[in-house]
Amino acid sequence: MLLLVIFCPIVAAIVIMAGAPARKTALVASVLTLAITLLLLASFQGSQRDFQHVTSLSLSPEWHLSFTTGVDGLSMVMVLLAAIVTMAAVWFTGEIDRHKNAFYACLLLISGGAIGAFASIDLFFFYAFHELALIPTFLLIGIWGSGNRTAAAWKITIYLAIGSFILLIGLILLYQSVPVESRSFDMRALKAAAALGQISADAQRHIYLLLLIGFGILISLFPFHTWAPEAYASAPAPAAMLHAGVLKKFGLYGLLRLAIPLLPDGARHWTNLLVVLLLGNIIYVGLVTIAQKRLDWMLGYSSVMHMGYIFLGIASANILGVTGATVLMFAHGLSIALLFAIAGELRRRTGTLVLDDLGGLGKVMPFAGLAFGLGAFAAIGLPGFANFAAEVMIFFGAFKNGWELERFHLFQIATVLGLWGVVISAVYMLRAYRKAFMGTLAARWKDLVDLRPGLRVPVTLLVGAALCYGFFPQSFVRIIAPAFRPYLSASK
Amino acid sequence: MITAPELEIAVLILGMVILMFEAFAARMDKRLLAFAGILGLATVLAASFFVVPSPAADQATGFWSFYTADSLSIFFKRFALLTTIFVLIMMIDYAPVVRGSVVTGKVQSALGEFFALPIFTCAGLMYMASAIDFIFIFVSLELVTISFYVLVSFTRRNPATLEAGVKYLVLSALSTAFLVYGITWIFGATGQTNLERITVALANSDTDRSAALFGMVLVLVALGFKIGAVPFQIWVPDVYQGAPTPVTAYLSVGSKAAGFVVLLRVLRPFLMLPQMQRLLVLIAILTLIYGNLAALPQGNLKRLLAYSSVAHAGYLLIGVACFDGGAVIFYLTAYLLMTLLSFAVLVIVSQQTGDRISDFDGLGKRSPFLAFAMLIGMVSLAGIPFTAGFLGKFFIFYAAIAQRQLALVVVGVITVACGFYYYLKVVRAMYWQSAAAVDKIPVSALSRFAMSALILAILALGIYPQPILKAFEPTRERIAATSTITR
Repeated sequence: MLLLVIFCPIVAAIVIMAGAPARKTALVASVLTLAITLLLLASFQGSQRDFQHVTSLSLSPEWHLSFTTGVDGLSMVMVLLAAIVTMAAVWFTGEIDRHKNAFYACLLLISGGAIGAFASIDLFFFYAFHELALIPTFLLIGIWGSGNRTAAAWKITIYLAIGSFILLIGLILLYQSVPVESRSFDMRALKAAAALGQISADAQRHIYLLLLIGFGILISLFPFHTWAPEAYASAPAPAAMLHAGVLKKFGLYGLLRLAIPLLPDGARHWTNLLVVLLLGNIIYVGLVTIAQKRLDWMLGYSSVMHMGYIFLGIASANILGVTGATVLMFAHGLSIALLFAIAGELRRRTGTLVLDDLGGLGKVMPFAGLAFGLGAFAAIGLPGFANFAAEVMIFFGAFKNGWELERFHLFQIATVLGLWGVVISAVYMLRAYRKAFMGTLAARWKDLVDLRPGLRVPVTLLVGAALCYGFFPQSFVRIIAPAFRPYLSASK
Repeated sequence: MITAPELEIAVLILGMVILMFEAFAARMDKRLLAFAGILGLATVLAASFFVVPSPAADQATGFWSFYTADSLSIFFKRFALLTTIFVLIMMIDYAPVVRGSVVTGKVQSALGEFFALPIFTCAGLMYMASAIDFIFIFVSLELVTISFYVLVSFTRRNPATLEAGVKYLVLSALSTAFLVYGITWIFGATGQTNLERITVALANSDTDRSAALFGMVLVLVALGFKIGAVPFQIWVPDVYQGAPTPVTAYLSVGSKAAGFVVLLRVLRPFLMLPQMQRLLVLIAILTLIYGNLAALPQGNLKRLLAYSSVAHAGYLLIGVACFDGGAVIFYLTAYLLMTLLSFAVLVIVSQQTGDRISDFDGLGKRSPFLAFAMLIGMVSLAGIPFTAGFLGKFFIFYAAIAQRQLALVVVGVITVACGFYYYLKVVRAMYWQSAAAVDKIPVSALSRFAMSALILAILALGIYPQPILKAFEPTRERIAATSTITR
């Protein structure tokens, strides 16, 4: 069933390239993916810690390389996010002026790559599936992008290529750090080796740094974040939704998946560095976001900024913080996808996203205004949305943290500064909302029409999911926490 | 059963028969000769799977003391045959250019030679794969080089081709002189030309090691020329650009692979000398940097592929410097597939528009199949997962990390990122520039079949590398054993 979820988008992409009607096939595939994912979620045994729905196909016994897929609580949440955002992104795709089939195929390939990466237990395929999305992203931004699309496409591709090869070096080092007889690309085998203490503290430090830089580039960790706003501003809206909403979470997922169980000593060693960098994300990038004059750039920077909170949760090494980080990955994916979708619709109708040129659009586009407002409230972290629950968990988790620090320490400062970050995000989000949707309506925007009813479905889906898990975050916590409990209680 | 030398004899006879037809049957359609060549080589390729093993190296006498039929050599014989088959297919597509360029009174004269020469080159490559004696290495290397002299300057009416031919001739002759001189030094120091016996002689403390090492460095110079390693790479771009495109493909795959097989063989006796590894690491780093940086601004695809072949020689040298024969062989296999695929597309497109990258503008519209083939070729050369090229780089980096060669890893990662830029430049031209012309580009059924086979092989090896890994498990262990003795 899990294989079906992974290969449904990929097969659909191939079928579309072969000439099937693009939009219909893509919609059917994405709805099907979401449906199967929901079935998977329903049959998921929440209390169980191990991977479920495991299938394995051995490819190279000498290298212990096999195509193994399965989900635990953490990956289940990510797969669900990917399925929801994929459906919304495909649904939101409007008229494509050229290479229509290729556009949908690229979207579905990104989605298939992301789902594959989240569901792979084998490190090799975990890495390879993520890279599958690289070329489609390059093409999506380059062919269908707007603004300075060529430069943006090169920038994101080269950044991500360097990031992923640094990551690859880290993964190979991880593979080689365990004794020859227990070497494996299987995460479960590596966990077993780590539990026996076979990965030396020294090796852990090197590997963690490589993973932090490699994943950090993919996640747009400060100071490696400069590719993100430019790429998201130039990308067509569905591509930005998928990349910012889903694909960027791959790096965070990787840190949660690998760093916490396998490299506790490495994490301890580099915690201070990580905290400083993530404060760069929250405070520095937050202030930069306030200064933005264009809606798409502002959203791009805001997505970089929110990565800082998730990093804070991961760095805390506290079960509450880590769980909060996972929930925030999910919640942020939904809210940023919604915001990019509305921004894309605005761009299509008005041809500009300069905030000073817009204004009063709420009068002619009430539904879009409502949707953007809800997305903005979610991104700020107002109670009721999943973002709120997640951020609360992260702040409590980080303040307490799992490192047994003496009295007054870095995490307390980071948490306090992080709380101020919420104010920063309220400033830019509300300002953008006011400038775009409130105020007087310029004469030239009088004839704009609101979102057609068809497009309200994905909006409702995204908002609904964010609200649903905002009121019942427990349903996630119940399945996420068991995956981390053994490692985090051990590291206390 | 068949013994290994019979394969080469069959290939040589095939070449001669085709030459005879060229000489005495002037009126026939010469493309039939190419089809006959492809068929003949395919038969030999099939026969190579039924070869009986040769006697073990230590008790070999007579003929077997300079010729081996171990798994490495059989694999590279197949490699050479496969390359030649694909090159002949490309040559059929290229035939109109040759015909237009070699105008003499008769309509199709010389075309037969164009198809016969690669078959002789193939025999040379096959001998080279089996050579375990310096004299035999020299002779087979010359067989390859001399047939390349003719092939490179075949369309001699074109000044660029003529220039390429002269450059290749002069520099190749120079490198041959280095090779002979190096062999003389090694022979003088050890009294042997057989590689196995040189190993024994070098282990003896009476042997003058520094003299042998000096000879080895001279041999390295000659081989560096063959594989296009810095600082012996100057000829590569000009010759690659000037030579007829199928010959360029042959040069960059066949000649390079043979160079690496010989390198793997001749280095084995010298691995115990620590200077050797340092030298190889240095050459690898320089080659990586030069090849990738020089490729960045290229606007001509043939030249770009020339620099990229220098860059790939760098990655292969990482594997050589880390003594990981298995990784080198896998990389070579991947390199064969992806380079031949790119050149196959280039041969067809360059006849329609040209061989600059801007001539590929809008190929995605004009021929989706060719564009997709080129996409796979470029993506694999750049090293994206699920292609053979990625696994090649993976094994190479794995070897470098296992040996803790930090400099190689760092330079490797940076140059890989450079590679993404210049390979994706081609992808960008094909898909997001609009075309000057919109007419479709015709692709013959044979080329279409050949390209589909290459695409499938690239993707299949990218997911399931086991066949190649399996074939080389013994070699890998042996080389590992040699390198553990070193330390």
